[in-house]
Amino acid sequence: MIKFAFLNNKLLNRNAKASGVILFLLLLCNCSKPAQDLTDYTKTYPSQSGGTMIDAMTGEPSGLISMIAGESASSAISGNIFNKLLKYNKNLDLEGELAESWQVSDDQKTITFKLKPNLKWADGKPLTSADVLWTWHAVIDEKTGSPYASDYQLVKKAEAPDPLTFSVTYEQAYAPALDSWAGLQVLPEHLLKGQDLHTTAFARNPVGSHYYKLDNWTHGENIKLSRNPSSVLGQAKIDHLVSRIIPDSSAQFLELMAGNIDSMGLDPIKYARIIPARPELLQKLALYKELGNSYTYLGFNLKHKPFDDVRVRRAINYAIDKQEIIDGVYLGLGINIASPYKPGTRWSNPNLAPYPYDPNKAKALLKEAGFTDTNGDGILERDGKPFSFEILTNQNKEREKSAVLIQRRLKAVGIDVKIRAIEWASFISRFIKTGDFDVVVLGWSLGLDPDQYSIWHSSQQAPGQFNFIGYNNSIVDKLLEQGRLELNPDKRMKIYHEFARVLLDDSPIVFLSAGYGLTAIHKRVKGIDSPAPPAGLGWNSETWYIPEPLRRNEISAN
Amino acid sequence: MLSYLIKRVLWMIPLLIGISLISFFIMHLAPGDITNNEASFNPKTSEESRQKLRELYNLDKPVIVQYGLWMKRMATFDFGNSFASHHKPVFWQTTDKDGNVTKGMIQEALPITLIINALGLIITLALAVPVGIIAARKYGLWQDKSITLFNFIGFSIPGFWLSLLLMYWLGVVNNWFPISGLHSLNYETLGNWDKLKDSLSHLFLPVIIPSVTGLAGITLFVKNGMLDVFHQDYITTARAKGLSEHKVVYTHALRNALLPLITIVGLSIPGLIGGSVIAETIFAIPGMGKLFYDAVMMRDFPVIMGILTIGSALTLIGNLVADIAYAWADPRVRRGVVRD
Repeated sequence: MIKFAFLNNKLLNRNAKASGVILFLLLLCNCSKPAQDLTDYTKTYPSQSGGTMIDAMTGEPSGLISMIAGESASSAISGNIFNKLLKYNKNLDLEGELAESWQVSDDQKTITFKLKPNLKWADGKPLTSADVLWTWHAVIDEKTGSPYASDYQLVKKAEAPDPLTFSVTYEQAYAPALDSWAGLQVLPEHLLKGQDLHTTAFARNPVGSHYYKLDNWTHGENIKLSRNPSSVLGQAKIDHLVSRIIPDSSAQFLELMAGNIDSMGLDPIKYARIIPARPELLQKLALYKELGNSYTYLGFNLKHKPFDDVRVRRAINYAIDKQEIIDGVYLGLGINIASPYKPGTRWSNPNLAPYPYDPNKAKALLKEAGFTDTNGDGILERDGKPFSFEILTNQNKEREKSAVLIQRRLKAVGIDVKIRAIEWASFISRFIKTGDFDVVVLGWSLGLDPDQYSIWHSSQQAPGQFNFIGYNNSIVDKLLEQGRLELNPDKRMKIYHEFARVLLDDSPIVFLSAGYGLTAIHKRVKGIDSPAPPAGLGWNSETWYIPEPLRRNEISAN
Repeated sequence: MLSYLIKRVLWMIPLLIGISLISFFIMHLAPGDITNNEASFNPKTSEESRQKLRELYNLDKPVIVQYGLWMKRMATFDFGNSFASHHKPVFWQTTDKDGNVTKGMIQEALPITLIINALGLIITLALAVPVGIIAARKYGLWQDKSITLFNFIGFSIPGFWLSLLLMYWLGVVNNWFPISGLHSLNYETLGNWDKLKDSLSHLFLPVIIPSVTGLAGITLFVKNGMLDVFHQDYITTARAKGLSEHKVVYTHALRNALLPLITIVGLSIPGLIGGSVIAETIFAIPGMGKLFYDAVMMRDFPVIMGILTIGSALTLIGNLVADIAYAWADPRVRRGVVRD
């Protein structure tokens, strides 16, 4: 660049055009001197309203009706615009959002919600149980084709006898029902009636009832929300939320460094190495970590030999050093888990411990299963066939690195492993759906309800369903069925604790790690709970605030 | 000449059909469809709903039937609606019964990419021609050598790496230029002059970087063209006549040396609409490259086909325009075409 400018000037000087070019460049430059940011962001200020918070997301939502959009970018924005009947509080217990209270009938089949009085949409029209009923009709409608319809299709009868009452009756008691009503965003009937949800302009110009309303959506660039003055839950502190669409995480990080955005999700390297090494960033950025409801695992195809043998599965579990993966791949920003539930929550069984790293035990188990190294090449054989398989994973750097560490550890106990990383759509349709794989490294992102019927129940093995590893255990099946019928949280907890114990013992998958969600937020944003409570960092984002002296000047004028 | 033109244009129709047929089948060779995206791998979603979606989009039908359906729509210039992006029209805007206008995806992305690439091409040409002439005139001297060195560096530097470095240096360390995006957040509140300034400063890096890294090829072209022409007899004649060096270079040599450039510019017309995925991703520009890449990753077939069809039509038109321009500029070619 410098070289280019120099040469160019030389050339153009001769033609006496240089002054024009330089003038042009000067005009483009924002020639204010880069003032050293001397603001003390650590000072405490009282909570006050106003200001703008800017974050960045990698993808643009396709629309803001999340029951059909499906992608996380859509629900991230629409979650600020639409309310649900119920929500999870700080400690992950359910409480009312639009609902003031709810009641489960004695036979556990009917749930009756009482709405808060005087609810209003942002356009001033009243929000009633008719809207909730209409939303339910929309989500189960064949024409809507919502991918999330299945939970709501179990409702046999839904009615709205008066504007404040909404009740649903299930064929049989369905424990995940309450969680499903904490997931469905209620849409306004008066604006959507008779519209095709797939093409309606409402998806890009929604009217909701939550803390914020859509101000402006510039395609491919940003989405601006502003405070909804008639919000049903009171007023949020921050006036404007702006989400900029920046697909590349390096570019996002540069914007964060320059102070043009206030928050972004980080990878472990930025969190643990880059930011701590730069005092000028530490001065203005606060780092947060929170456990998500997701984990990475190594899954066996249980229909393929030798993975039908529990001794082989346990041997591999013992042979993998999970701490090494957490330290090496996640730079220590993850934890070792023993059950498919977030540690520290009610559903996670505190008495279970992950398989320790024990290569000798692994070798003994493999020997018991009939594997011996007969030809002395370091690879075990059974019936003359070497123990060799391929780990498939999608093109995800962290999963690929994990696979490499696993490859080395398994080699040490005499198993030959190859690794293949495949683009997502091909991976799913060519390998997962057809069951044409031995071992995969994948992850699950789960909801807050403990029901995992669709992942582990033996009836869920058809192509395209989620028990693609072919897990078939009658005890687990029974527990999962019981867990869906039991609405009493304490009894339900016991069921899932037992389920997790059987699962760990049976080792159909190897839990590799649960990585922390990592976020940097500019220190001008105050009122953030740290460390994050079980419900996560954003649980009280409506009370976050930006004190006036710390606001950006050019945008607060807006 | 006219019959030649008509023949060329008519030929484009079977060519386009052939291209679309091949593109359609290659697109379907890749495993997976819209229902296999990462968001659908959520245990709360069900296979039945995915199957319904496949039926809705006719993805359960044989590829040849799907191609027939696509051709039927294309016969009325209906590019269809995106699977992935809330059924947005692929090409041009539509108005629903309430008067809400939904902009087409290509309609939104194309102008952005076109502006960036056209500016880039103009800057590249504006720099490459004088630089190439100097390199030819000072052939073998230090000016030529430093230009070659500079070109070599520009040619070998990865564009994304240079982009990130310049974003850091000009945007973070010095705060001279915006880092990414097309407009500032307060763009709407600015006056006209500031709006122009804002747009140009956002376009500066995305336009300059490909121009600089793309300079090498065209500079070399101009230089070699000039060197070739300098050895022609008529240049010797012009010099012998006692014409000024300026006149020899700019009137006699340059015009002939620039002829091959017409072909290059003609061939780069389709390139004008194909944005660079990497540059658009880094600079957060919602252009054609990003649109195409996302469509491929999501298996959003109508969008992929729409872009490929428009791209190939423009390629064919670009070729035609280049040939015509060549004939217009060079009498030797013109006579050859007419005789044809």
